[in-house]
Amino acid sequence: MMSHSLKSNLGEKIVGKPTPRKEGPGKVTGEARYIDDLSFPDMLYGATVRSQIARGMLKKITFRPDVPWSEFVVVSVPDIPGKNYIALIENDQPCLAEKVVNHPEEPILLLAHPDRYMLPNAVAAVSIEYEPLPALFSIEESERKSEIIWGQDNVFKSYQIEKGDVDAIWAKADYIVEGEYSTGAQEQLYIETQGVIATYDCEQGVTVWGSMQCPYYVHKALMVVCDLPEDKVRVVQTETGGAFGGKEEYPSMIAAHAALLARKSGRPVKIVYDRAEDMAATTKRHPSRTRHRTALTKDGKILGGEIEFVIDGGAYQTLSPVVLSRGTIHAGGPYHWPAVRIIAKALATNAPPHGAFRGFGAPQSLFAMERHMDRIARTVKVSPAEIRRRNFLKPGQTTITEQTISEPIDLEKLLDRALVLSDYESKKSRFRQQGKNGKRKGGLGIAAFLHGAGFTGSGERYLSSVVGIEGQPNGGVRVLVSSTEFGQGTNTVLCQIAAEALGLEYGDVAIAQPDTAQVPNSGPTVASRTAMVVGKLLESAALGLKQTLIRAGMLGEPYAAEEFRCACRAYMERYGELRSLARYEQPDGIHWDDQKYRGAAYAAFAWAVYVAEVSVDLTAYSVSVDDFVALQEVGRVINPVLARGQVLGGVAQGIGFALYEKVEWRHGRMQNSQMTNYIVPTSADVPPIRVYFEEIANQHGAFGAKGIGELPMDGPAPAIVNAVEDALGIPFNSIPLMPEEICEALTAAAGPPSAGHSFSGVR
Amino acid sequence: MKTSAQKREFSLNVNGVPRNIRAYPAERLLDVLRYLGLTGTKEGCGEGECGACSVLVDGRLVVSCLMPVAQAEGAKLLTIEGVTGNQRFRSLQETFAEGGGAQCGICTPGMILAGGHLLERNPAPTIEEIREALSGNLCRCTGYLQIFEAVAEAARRCAGT
Ligand code: FES
Ligand code: FES
Repeated sequence: MMSHSLKSNLGEKIVGKPTPRKEGPGKVTGEARYIDDLSFPDMLYGATVRSQIARGMLKKITFRPDVPWSEFVVVSVPDIPGKNYIALIENDQPCLAEKVVNHPEEPILLLAHPDRYMLPNAVAAVSIEYEPLPALFSIEESERKSEIIWGQDNVFKSYQIEKGDVDAIWAKADYIVEGEYSTGAQEQLYIETQGVIATYDCEQGVTVWGSMQCPYYVHKALMVVCDLPEDKVRVVQTETGGAFGGKEEYPSMIAAHAALLARKSGRPVKIVYDRAEDMAATTKRHPSRTRHRTALTKDGKILGGEIEFVIDGGAYQTLSPVVLSRGTIHAGGPYHWPAVRIIAKALATNAPPHGAFRGFGAPQSLFAMERHMDRIARTVKVSPAEIRRRNFLKPGQTTITEQTISEPIDLEKLLDRALVLSDYESKKSRFRQQGKNGKRKGGLGIAAFLHGAGFTGSGERYLSSVVGIEGQPNGGVRVLVSSTEFGQGTNTVLCQIAAEALGLEYGDVAIAQPDTAQVPNSGPTVASRTAMVVGKLLESAALGLKQTLIRAGMLGEPYAAEEFRCACRAYMERYGELRSLARYEQPDGIHWDDQKYRGAAYAAFAWAVYVAEVSVDLTAYSVSVDDFVALQEVGRVINPVLARGQVLGGVAQGIGFALYEKVEWRHGRMQNSQMTNYIVPTSADVPPIRVYFEEIANQHGAFGAKGIGELPMDGPAPAIVNAVEDALGIPFNSIPLMPEEICEALTAAAGPPSAGHSFSGVR
Repeated sequence: MKTSAQKREFSLNVNGVPRNIRAYPAERLLDVLRYLGLTGTKEGCGEGECGACSVLVDGRLVVSCLMPVAQAEGAKLLTIEGVTGNQRFRSLQETFAEGGGAQCGICTPGMILAGGHLLERNPAPTIEEIREALSGNLCRCTGYLQIFEAVAEAARRCAGT
């Protein structure tokens, strides 16, 4: 992985500029059409009858007689023409439960009616008798295997990474530091709930419009459930009001449901969840538990360690193997581990399946790593900044998967800059002088971290994405990708890349609505891969388009934008169509061993150091984040306004993950499935978040880009909890960190001295 | 929102245009507006928490998911579709679109109505005042800062500075 200097790119006219969001005008005028804004003639509304219990056998379904059932369309398992599963990895999740239910809110029956106000009462009028079975509700219960609820051992997936001779390090250690850390479930809380409209006819098959990240995932799932060939399934993404991973896999489920109702009724069917159903029934971030045991020299250099990383996958495997994979590979943070053993497991419980959420396992394992670094610093008695400095990965060293760092990243410099930007030293000494008796105590916390861009290991090779671009009758071009816009800036950034590559104006480039009948499969819009992987392919496709015009003798280089437009028009007049496609090819020198989990896990990493300043109110036990510095190296920044927006939004979600967003579980069911009791940051809660970029161009990304979408979710939580420990001198190792926990810990600390909270052993 | 009461005719004044619609008296103003084709008013929660459904009712900022249509009769309603005649709102639309004020856009109509409502009362708000005025509008995408900046910039443009 070679990097080249940014200087060579400074002639760029559109890349690196804050071009306005492509679909911005529609969004600010209210003209943009989201799924619930669309309605078809004769359309029915659909609703879902769901399991009320966590686990059991379905015994009997009865329909209360006071409902005019003849007006309703009712779909149950026998109405499924194809296979009863939602296609993903193991295909273990039914589209509708048949004999057993494995989690609360599992779909059992579907109803549709022309009047949507008739539905809630009808759903309540379906009564289901169960024979309950014992259920598992936590990682610990799943580990104990008192019940086997999935496979042979409740384990969806496990990985083991071995680097160096771990067993030999303990004898050489001056310190061994142990710690256990955990993170809770987190709801994506996109403001637009999940929704689709499906139509079905014998000739054309099924068409689904909806709010989603991955039209081709939905396409694949519909082929299986509806038993239709590829060309009889069409999926169209409509304007999508936030996703954050929450619309990666779940839309396949709701799309399949609407398609079944449309097939049975012969009419269009809309299903849009209300907020409570969306929160209770759809995916959330995997809860996690991480244990660290680390061997260190007397000056705090890591000799090696063991990391055990476990996530709660909920009732079906769905995406857990890949979430686990990313969490595992990020578990060692941006540090050099001469030896490490990582044991990772995704376990089954009887909660609704947990799924994709921005960061995809990395925020969980990095929370543990960065809390653990502070524990190490305290044990070794060096500062949190210094302990990180001594252990940072350097170019030429290898990551935990033995991927050599070949880009000229200088993490020490990144850290130094973050400390200066946050005014770390002077604030620190101010907090030290604060004394013991104030009403508020201030603290500072650091998190250093990395995030791999694109699919893990051989993932991009298997995806084999295709990107297209075509000429327009007006001489401009149109980008053809299945990559979706859901706020993060796909449309804008891809149009910038195409315009730059072709020497056109930004306004000359349009982007097609993602529609599987119109656009090639450029892969899912996940994993921070769009700017880097899809963007790079688009750059190649654009160069192909240009070459076609040059070879046809219609364009010569150098050319002005108007000359391109003329040539494009002329070509299309003569030949009808001007189109160029590019398919992903694995770059040379990128090797990954899926068996040993060793090699180049990602084509590029983004790097970051975040500093949080908090104050803890000693009477209300609340934490407020007062200042936040987010410094990152993300390769070439294609659009500075959008890139900053990604960081700001990610940090706000990270603040929620750390301090506010607590899913209250009872028997596998979310109890607080409302915005009134599941609390996310409001405009009153966000600090001045100060965003800074360093740019080292990445040769695998378009114009040097890497991924940026997920990185900012990884750092805020550990930085904030580290700052709380700095303020109070009490370590908290579980998030969300709620006032109750702070109250309890402060009360305990004020009471008689106990055996203490330290897991750290000093040898 | 079906009740035992029968549907009846309601005359509304929406964006300066008289509109008649048959609805249940308890039907949410949000739904009625959307049936009228004014789908720029969004539903995020249906319980008054997110502000995505914000509209102006006689100049007051109201969450339309909690207002029964019967209460809106006779009032002057303003939705995102009707704001273009007003320079403050136009400036807000520009600054939201130019900067990072709108990401996924689902909160944006509500944010713009709340922002315009603020600028009406306070043409030169501080960031703290903007923060306060928007605290009833949730945004999950932006982390709010670029929204504050868009409102502040719109205020500057309206003042001609
Ligand atoms: S939909 Fe009205 S406040 Fe959320
Ligand atoms: S822009 Fe997506 S919720 Fe605000």
